[in-house]
Parts: sequence; structure tokens; C-alpha cells
Amino acid sequence: MLTISRELADKIIAHARKDHPDEACGVIAGPAGSDLPERFIPMENAARSPTFYEFDSMEHLRVWREMDDRDEEPVVIYHSHTMTEAYPSRTDISYANEPGAHYVLVSTREEEAAEFRSYRILDGEVTEEPVAIVE
Amino acid sequence: MAIEVRIPTILRTYTGGAKVVEGSGSTLGELIKNLDAAHAGIGDRLVDGGALRRFVNVYLNDEDVRFLGGLDTPVSNGDTVTVLPAVAGGAR
Repeated sequence: MLTISRELADKIIAHARKDHPDEACGVIAGPAGSDLPERFIPMENAARSPTFYEFDSMEHLRVWREMDDRDEEPVVIYHSHTMTEAYPSRTDISYANEPGAHYVLVSTREEEAAEFRSYRILDGEVTEEPVAIVE
Repeated sequence: MAIEVRIPTILRTYTGGAKVVEGSGSTLGELIKNLDAAHAGIGDRLVDGGALRRFVNVYLNDEDVRFLGGLDTPVSNGDTVTVLPAVAGGAR
């Protein structure tokens, strides 16, 4: 189960809309072991593609070091799909390397409403989980 | 000769849970072989067909080794090597 504030969920969606038609990506950090997403960190999509995303390697290092210094973990790793559903693709599953993270997917394929779903991806297995949005 | 190697969460199964290990070597390639001798299987997660895997980021101190010399990058005592599997994905 992913518990996330309305404010943070809206920030993810806004980021996805802003970068559409490219995929948007980012992290929400939270205190290590808490499973609580708190700090919104939008990342650059170094691939700048409508069908692929990749964190820029130097930004990745900087953000991971910063989280380590602050005793945080990546609680949410999010990205958007711009033409397909908000479900992890084969490449999403292959590159899901943070076993503790909630993988949030947003789809911006419809203009009016964005799909927002969350998953755990462990050892190549995807499990969708409920999302509790806290106002 | 001690080089500090920072291990990401997903590779700590090879290091008995350790976040930081030490290794030796004069190039990154040698260092990885040295690490694999102590932590069997970790080499294969980093190297494929004689080159660093595309979706694994390896940094020497503050630089991405892709911009240095890849596996031929010289490393020395007191360096810190950081491994971070790339965060990536896509529509397919």
C-alpha cells in the first residue's frame, strides 16, 4: 500500500503533464525505514524520449548521496507513460533496482484525467498495490 | 592498497549486507575481479562481455567512469568507487 499526500500526488501528475510528450521521472525521498514519501525530487529524463526514461548519471549520484547524508531512502520512484497505460512495461521491470521503492506510474495519454497507479517490483515480479491519498 | 567500494542495496546480497567493502587493483577492471573473488557473483552484475554493463553506473570519486576509461580507468589507494544501478524504463 502506498500512502501519499494529495500535494505530492498532484506534483507528480503536474510534472508528467509538463514533460509530456516526453516521459517524466523522479523520486520522492522519505526517512529511511519509514515508508513515508516526503521530499519531492523531480529528475531530468536524460533520454528525453516519449517512450524511455533514464536518470542522468551525475544527477543520480548527487541525489543518492544527498539522501544518504540525510538518512533518507527513495520511497517512491515515479515515471510517466505518454501513450500507454500506467502499468510497468518489460523494461520498467528489468530496470527496477530499488527493492524497497514504490514504483508509481502515471499515464498522460488522456488530456482530461491522468492515471496514477503504484506497484512493488521485486525479482522481476510486479504487484499492484492500493494507493491511499491523504488530503 | 585499499579502495572503498560503495554497494547499492540490490547488490548487498553478494556482500553479506555490507554497504561498503574494500578492494584492490590498479584499474577498475582489476578491482571488479578482486571484488568478485571475495563476493562471488558480483562481477557478473557489473561486467558483460568485457565491458561495464550499460545500465549500471559506476563512479570513481565524483566522476562517471564512462567518461574516464571504463574498465581501464586507473584506480588507486584512497579512491572511492560507487556503484548505482541505473534508474530507467519505458513504455515497452
